Amino acid sequence: MHPMTPAPYRVRSRRPDRADTVTLTLGPLEGPCPPFLPGQFTMIYAPGVGEIPISISGRARTGGYLQTIRAVGAVSGALCRTRPGDVVGVRGPYGTAWDLPAAAGLDVVVAAGGLGLAALRPVIRELVAHGSRYGRISVIVGTHTPATLLYPAELARWREAGGIDVQVSVDHPDRAWKGPVGLVTRLIDQIVFDPRRTFAFVCGPEAMMRATAARLVRRGVPARRVALSVERNMKCGVGRCGHCQLGPLLTCLDGPVLSYERAAGLLAAAEL
Amino acid sequence: MTARPAATRRRPRLAVWKFASCDGCQLTVLDCEDELLAIAAEVEIAYFLEASSATGRGPYDLSLVEGSITTPADLRRIRHVRRVSKRLVTIGACATAGGIQALRDFADVREFASIIYARPDYIATLERSTPISAHVPVDFELRGCPIDGRQLLEVISAFLAGRRPCVPAHSVCVECKARGNVCVMVAHGTPCLGPVTQAGCGALCPAFNRGCYGCFGPMESPNTRALNAQLRELGMSTPELVRVYRTFNATEEPFRQASEEAGDDA
Amino acid sequence: MNTVVMESLEPLVAGLRSDGFTVVGPTVRDGAIRFAELSHSAQLPAGRGDDQQPGHYRLTERGDELMFGFAASPDSAKRYTQPPRQALFRMRGAEVEETRSQAPRIALLGVRACDLAAIAVQDRVFLGGRHPDPAYRERREALFLIAVNCAVPGGTCFCVSMGTGPKATAGFDLALTELSAPHRFLVETGSERGAEVVAPLPHRPATGDDVTAAEEVSRVAATRMGRQVDTDNIQERLAEARDSPRWTEVASRCLACTNCTMVCPTCFCTTVEDATDFGGGQAERTEVWDSCFTLDFSEVAGSPVRGSGSARYRQWLTHKFSTWFDQFGVSGCVGCGRCITWCPTGIDVTEELGCIL
Repeated sequence: MHPMTPAPYRVRSRRPDRADTVTLTLGPLEGPCPPFLPGQFTMIYAPGVGEIPISISGRARTGGYLQTIRAVGAVSGALCRTRPGDVVGVRGPYGTAWDLPAAAGLDVVVAAGGLGLAALRPVIRELVAHGSRYGRISVIVGTHTPATLLYPAELARWREAGGIDVQVSVDHPDRAWKGPVGLVTRLIDQIVFDPRRTFAFVCGPEAMMRATAARLVRRGVPARRVALSVERNMKCGVGRCGHCQLGPLLTCLDGPVLSYERAAGLLAAAEL
Repeated sequence: MTARPAATRRRPRLAVWKFASCDGCQLTVLDCEDELLAIAAEVEIAYFLEASSATGRGPYDLSLVEGSITTPADLRRIRHVRRVSKRLVTIGACATAGGIQALRDFADVREFASIIYARPDYIATLERSTPISAHVPVDFELRGCPIDGRQLLEVISAFLAGRRPCVPAHSVCVECKARGNVCVMVAHGTPCLGPVTQAGCGALCPAFNRGCYGCFGPMESPNTRALNAQLRELGMSTPELVRVYRTFNATEEPFRQASEEAGDDA
Repeated sequence: MNTVVMESLEPLVAGLRSDGFTVVGPTVRDGAIRFAELSHSAQLPAGRGDDQQPGHYRLTERGDELMFGFAASPDSAKRYTQPPRQALFRMRGAEVEETRSQAPRIALLGVRACDLAAIAVQDRVFLGGRHPDPAYRERREALFLIAVNCAVPGGTCFCVSMGTGPKATAGFDLALTELSAPHRFLVETGSERGAEVVAPLPHRPATGDDVTAAEEVSRVAATRMGRQVDTDNIQERLAEARDSPRWTEVASRCLACTNCTMVCPTCFCTTVEDATDFGGGQAERTEVWDSCFTLDFSEVAGSPVRGSGSARYRQWLTHKFSTWFDQFGVSGCVGCGRCITWCPTGIDVTEELGCIL
């Protein structure tokens, strides 16, 4: 099959997350979903509208992919408006994965900004499921307002499950908000980890990732143990369209997950 | 996502409006003969004086607006059109840039009127010819003098599909080379505005060994200064350079600037 | 490799046509040497040459019998290996149907060593990775390549610097060297398919003199490069030149018109167009040529990563000569000089590299 040809997937369920965000469960019309690694993405095609890369947030109990989509453009808007039963196209999974094995035995910091939590959800679920494999585990989440917080119920469950320090900071609190206010980077100083023995998974807007990674490295976390998920314009996901280049990298093949050691210089260069 | 049969859906209502223009863009709509029936099956053509006497009342789901604003009456009418239109798409250089009649911006329109008309006091006209977007919010601007039929169909089908229309803002050169034209500037020394002009026509003129006239207005990042240097190399004089940018999109800022710079550089 | 001599190309053209190939070769059209379908070898541009300089191309009269006495033409093999528009698939309801057309059987006559190198580069892009492209493979397999060793390089050629020419050494079915006095062609076969095509055609074994004459053509051509590039450590040196002030300077001359990328035989970037019928029941996707000089190319969240002209020029030049190695293990530039000739403002990559490095 041609690498640009999608397989038809049915929207099996649709869960509104926030005002502009939904989580779809997508399952192939024929056969099982191909296996995926945390951090990988699929190219989802809204018929007649277009195709965009979306991180896989998990596997549904029914076997389909859980994919959280925010309506920001025509394609994501069309995908968010789908209803159970609708058919979309899916290619993938593609791209590099969060290197969870490399974090074994180390303290783990998961830092999410906004929708970045969707790409990190499989990481957190692994940490929750196999906490004993890791040292201290911290999940820090930054969000615009309390209302835009993604997966609030799950965050609460993870917190209640114990063994994980879950903290949320908002940029703009409402009256009911009692928690921290400000950028997620500030939470780095509120959590406990041994920088020299820490692995960090960071996903969010690029500025947030750069600031968070820089802060972690300043605290002593080795840059090679800070992983980011980089966003560039992906049209194909398979290294043939050229759009997602970041210096020497084809983000779709060499990323989206990159070590900060590799990404720092590339992200710091203006307009690369 | 899943298409419902047309019969059970309310068909979107389309209106086509005319302001100061030559009607060429509306004719482009009519020229899409093969597709018109397919469009009519999916869209109710509710108001289109060029095509029929049907003047169904608003509101309209999609309004196509041709022409520029040149009179006080236009000013009132465009606000009405905006009010009764869910989506408003301007079509053609008049509507998107003021058109050829915007050349009045470089002169005194009252002087024109006094030369042309026996009773210039009967003429109610504005000092300038302005694009629709100068007066009301516009959802999409389809460029060209005239517009390209293929692009118009894309805009309508994209509107129906909820898609961003595939109307690239890059240079004519992209479609010129994809079409297989040889570069008329390089191979023939023919001055061409293609490198600073937005694609859309399918590189029509270069396909016939003519330089591009800039009908679709400035492309997304026009480097007119660099092009002007090259056009001078090819022998264009200052008056020619000033004139080449002063056609259908003369008051589009990059073209206005290019013609002024050409004059200044002399 | 078997080497023979043919007095005329007419039997070759006729033979390929009777084998079911569409023979495409250089002809004179629109004031340039253009690829077009050939029904006879007489359509080849005998006695015509070209004058190529930055931003300048003119046909010339050579006054000799050479049918290939010119350098790289505006067309490369890319149009046949990677057509400007390719239908991908159609989707109706839950049905997805691939819509690519059958690969045409084309015999491409007159590809140069640089073009063969470019095809090898594209092979790596479309076939070498984890996601091989069956449509590309079908087109490649249907393509019969007849190389012509360059006798008259152009003013913008630098294949010697890039190590790709002027003599074709691999990747062809047949390779011709045009010889004079008497006019004849030394024909090397590079594939079994090539040998099968030649076998029934009139030919004689090549003599030592024929071979020596052909070697002389390539030797002399190699000394006539119009341009050169110092490629020592170019990958590293260019990667380190990210902050060169020259990027801004060249951007003042760059139109961001995309001509360099369109005529480049290795530039492979594409975008995808979506189309729907008016009922919305059927959707189609088409892959089309794109360029790193457009703003949409790098758009993320509504704005381009590479908004400035200097960033876009840097991307193109750095990709060609440096990051292409990282991505595909080979240079993205084959030294054909098309980007120099066909830049409307005559930007010369070899000159820019000289200033930047």
